[in-house]
Amino acid sequence: MNCWDPRVEEMPQAELRQMQYKLLKSLVYRLYSFSPFYHDRMKEQNVHPDDIHALSDVEKLPFMFKRDLRDNYPDKIFTATKDDLVRYHVSSGTTGKPTVVGYTQNDLDTWTTSLARALTSLGLGRGDVIQVSYGYGLFTGGLGLHYGAERIGATVLPTSVGNTERQIELMQDLGATAIACTPSYLLHIGEVAEKMGVDLHKDTNLRTGILGAEPWTEQMRVRMEEWLGIKAYDIYGTSELSGPMFTECTEQDGFHVWSDIALVEIIDPKTGEQVAPGERGELTMTILQKEALPMIRFRIGDITRVNEEVCACGRTHPRVDRIQGRVDDMLIIRGINVFPSQVEYTLMTIPEVGQHFQIVVDRKGALDDMLVRVELNKESFSDKITDLMLIRQKVEHKLRNVLNVNANVELVEPGSLPRYEGKSKKVVDRRSL
Amino acid sequence: MDVRKYVIKQISVFSENRPGRLAAIAHALGEEKVNILAFSIAEANGFGVVRALVDQPEKAYKKLSSIGFNVAFTEVIAVHMQDRPGGLYEIAKMLGDANINIEYSYAYSGKDGAVLILRVDQVVDAIEKISKSGATLIESSVFH
Repeated sequence: MNCWDPRVEEMPQAELRQMQYKLLKSLVYRLYSFSPFYHDRMKEQNVHPDDIHALSDVEKLPFMFKRDLRDNYPDKIFTATKDDLVRYHVSSGTTGKPTVVGYTQNDLDTWTTSLARALTSLGLGRGDVIQVSYGYGLFTGGLGLHYGAERIGATVLPTSVGNTERQIELMQDLGATAIACTPSYLLHIGEVAEKMGVDLHKDTNLRTGILGAEPWTEQMRVRMEEWLGIKAYDIYGTSELSGPMFTECTEQDGFHVWSDIALVEIIDPKTGEQVAPGERGELTMTILQKEALPMIRFRIGDITRVNEEVCACGRTHPRVDRIQGRVDDMLIIRGINVFPSQVEYTLMTIPEVGQHFQIVVDRKGALDDMLVRVELNKESFSDKITDLMLIRQKVEHKLRNVLNVNANVELVEPGSLPRYEGKSKKVVDRRSL
Repeated sequence: MDVRKYVIKQISVFSENRPGRLAAIAHALGEEKVNILAFSIAEANGFGVVRALVDQPEKAYKKLSSIGFNVAFTEVIAVHMQDRPGGLYEIAKMLGDANINIEYSYAYSGKDGAVLILRVDQVVDAIEKISKSGATLIESSVFH
């Protein structure tokens, strides 16, 4: 096994926890003393830094939510002076104000170290050419990967998003061995390459995909790996945590969260209590080393679970499962919770339909009505209407089994559903309250 | 008897059931100077299949595929009908008696008489039975 920092990455778990406790304690003291925001929050919660005697005492601390960042726009929670800030990133605000994240030089170093360990863990290093097809700019994806890739001595091809044909030409000409982008953009690249007559497996050196910034599924991984001849790895992060921070290792069994950087909790979104080990809930993180914009118990809103067992790769740090959905993306259809990822998971098991889909939710009379639009695969097209009806019934039946709610299915022409080069928008909710 | 010469290549196109889809298909074929000799639309809830006999099926297939349509070839046969009351009955009864199932069918009445286009479950059987019955099958070369 190749580690970027073996001393930390393979540290016995008891020592890791001791390290986390010390970092947490000093973080809490620092914020109680110097951050009006956290000082007030801790007072409200009736907790003092002296109450933190063990790592498990993190449960006494108040939560932080995305709305806290919006309410304190642009930089009221920052604990670094303007002189110490070296960069801003801004995340697009789909509702109301955007959120601004500031970085000190140490914050950038921590972020880059996290990615250097991650990229090494999935087998990249000197000699690799990493095509960074995440957007460069206010979005954290492009610049984050860029510095991480440079740190491990790989060569960066900073193509950013768009102009897909040129991306494919450069991938061939400069021998890119890895690409970092959204899974939907890699699918788009695959489709464009096919149209150009380029076989990504035979005609390029591409062997690794570092895919994230939007939810994807295990079935999508299998399809992409078979179709494009690559290994596809999940990468995770949010702008509030710094950006993309953590990836899977070569075991492809959840992304490693470095314990010296972040403390992971899984919280029941309704009760605010930690779930039992291995249970699913809302991913919540305390960033133990962050200067400009500290995060204590930040409720990210992603649904997943954590595995504390030592990984087969030898790393002792916990692994977090692929994200299953968003607390706020959850659709409630006739009183039943539905995650778009469940629809995706189901469609991936049906060979007659494609990998893109759209969910349209409407209200017919008093009842919610869910329509799932899927593309009929070219190979599955039959001239007989009855065959097509059977395919539609099969999809409806499988969806009903998984979701426990009726969904109407509409077969649409291949290529007709919108493809996005950034985050996918797969749900149209037309219900008016 | 060379039955293959009676087997006609029909193109079938998957289409969403919304305004403008037939126009898109017809426009693409017009651009390629492909002539449509007969066609029909079968519709189900939300989607349909456009079926057409054209003079240049390969060219039509290529063009429609290239603009993203799902296209398939289907084998059909064409029979001359008597253009008078009872004309359809004679053909339909003969196929029924021979236990050949018609999956779908459409017809046109042109200058050379009425023509019935048939998609049947057993193409070769149907061609032999129809020939023996004295009805006239139309060779595929008449269409393309």
